[in-house]
Amino acid sequence: MTDGNRKSEIGNRDEGAPPLPVGPRLVESILLPVGTAAVLIAFWHAAVRLSHTDVFPSPLSVLRGVGELARKGVLARYIADSLLRVGAGYSLALVLGIPLGIALGWYSTAARAVNPVIQLLRPISPLAWIPVAIVLFGVTNVAAIFLIFLASFFTIVVAAMNGVRNVPGMYLAAGRNFGLSVPALFSRVIFPAALPRVLTGLRVALGVAWLVVVAAEMIAVNSGLGYLVIDSRNAGKRYDLVIAAMLLIGLIGLVLNTLVRQVERLRAVRWGFNAP
Amino acid sequence: MTGNAEVKVRIQDLSKAFHTNGHEIRVLEHIDLDVREGELVCILGPSGCGKSTLLNIVGGFLPASSGDVAIDGLPVRRPDPRRIFVFQERGVFPWLTVEGNIGFGISGLPATERAARIAHYVRLVGLEGFENAYPQELSGGMKQRVEVARALAVNPDVLYLDEPFGALDSITRLVMRSELLRIWQTERKTILFVTHDIEESCQLADRIVVLSARPGSIRRVVEVDLPHPRDLSSPRYLALRDSILEEIGLAHRI
Ligand SMILES: Nc1ncnc2c1ncn2[C@@H]1O[C@H](COP(=O)(O)OP(=O)(O)O)[C@@H](O)[C@H]1O
Ligand SMILES: [Mg+2]
Repeated sequence: MTDGNRKSEIGNRDEGAPPLPVGPRLVESILLPVGTAAVLIAFWHAAVRLSHTDVFPSPLSVLRGVGELARKGVLARYIADSLLRVGAGYSLALVLGIPLGIALGWYSTAARAVNPVIQLLRPISPLAWIPVAIVLFGVTNVAAIFLIFLASFFTIVVAAMNGVRNVPGMYLAAGRNFGLSVPALFSRVIFPAALPRVLTGLRVALGVAWLVVVAAEMIAVNSGLGYLVIDSRNAGKRYDLVIAAMLLIGLIGLVLNTLVRQVERLRAVRWGFNAP
Repeated sequence: MTGNAEVKVRIQDLSKAFHTNGHEIRVLEHIDLDVREGELVCILGPSGCGKSTLLNIVGGFLPASSGDVAIDGLPVRRPDPRRIFVFQERGVFPWLTVEGNIGFGISGLPATERAARIAHYVRLVGLEGFENAYPQELSGGMKQRVEVARALAVNPDVLYLDEPFGALDSITRLVMRSELLRIWQTERKTILFVTHDIEESCQLADRIVVLSARPGSIRRVVEVDLPHPRDLSSPRYLALRDSILEEIGLAHRI
């Protein structure tokens, strides 16, 4: 092997490319969206002023509303309650959904039996399950967690199933060639090969779970950000608090999504994503 | 290659047919071949003639329809770590680093021995400095080296290579061929190398097994008694190449 050839091959590495200069990257990823938000807030403020509405709150009164919630001590508690519910329902969906999905991806006969049922249940909005949840669990925390579980479960199962189904046969053949037992084949080949798809499913499922927590809290419990929306509306038409709760829900959803995206950047799974 | 080395791989009257929705596709017919220990045999034939099928049967990945494959006198029933199949570079695991890939088959070794083995094969295939790189950060030629090193690290007796350099650019392909010869000469493995490239088979092989178009059967076995390194412009090399070209040309005309 000559050195000259080595160099030419090194030139093909992604890592060889210099990173984007800091300036443009900062502008694009932070300044641009912050600027857009600022423009929208200014527009909102102007609209409220010019229309002399008494009902719709201005950005400033929403901010004051957030302060009021914080002082009363409900802000942190409601956020924590919502996150705990999502955490419980989502974790349950993950713990049951990933093994089930992997099993269905591997045993095609089982998949043929079960998949039609999953495909039938999957398009049903979790909101349609509300009456069922109440019948099963009453107007309780468990009903809310059950709805969140349902919202994420099918997405996770299907992602894990497709992840396993799409593992290239060559990886399986290589794993078997090196003498792996079936459990080792799962842990060392099938699971890591399916992981990028599974992670995508987990991210989507978390988004849906967070969407559903609001609806679940509107009917089933008396704490959390979803409850805050409906309670502020019912108890005295506090639209500043309604909007405050909505924005908090959006913000937390954004944070959750960003956190999961960080996992997708890990080097052991990055190969499965188109992201740079 | 001396004629009296032990027979390593014995293929006897091997045939293979696939059955797809009612049709029978006969892919291989009556293949008889002995590969001696330490020999580098190229299986040469046009695309679709059944070369990969043959290699997969010999590797234990596919059952034969009839006939036998035996290695060291024992019938082949399933894949075995003593015989490693090297795919085109696509068989490298993208979730593992170069080191992780090369050490994949030796996870049972004590850590220090494993690390030493990995380091040895990283050096052998010229990937020093890339131990912690991921496959997506490597060129096609480098990935192919990783896969060869991963195979060699378990110290197999036999390597099966299925058009391993087919996806590489022509310069890298030439480099990889001489690399393979160097590794073969130091490690003394028995190698079955599938290719549709006449030049490639003439550059590498001790013997060239020329297959006919589907259903693949052995047209001719050519002993290549040119020493390595081979002079690709010598009259003997050119005569060899032309005789095989003629053979294949006829095969296409039938
Ligand atoms: N699993 C299979 N089922 C049906 N037909 C197959 C299968 N595998 C290969 N074939 C057919 O067998 C023939 C030989 O294939 P292959 O061994 O891949 O050829 P080669 O490697 O020489 O190009 C092709 O016509 C291919 O379509
Ligand atoms: Mg082939």
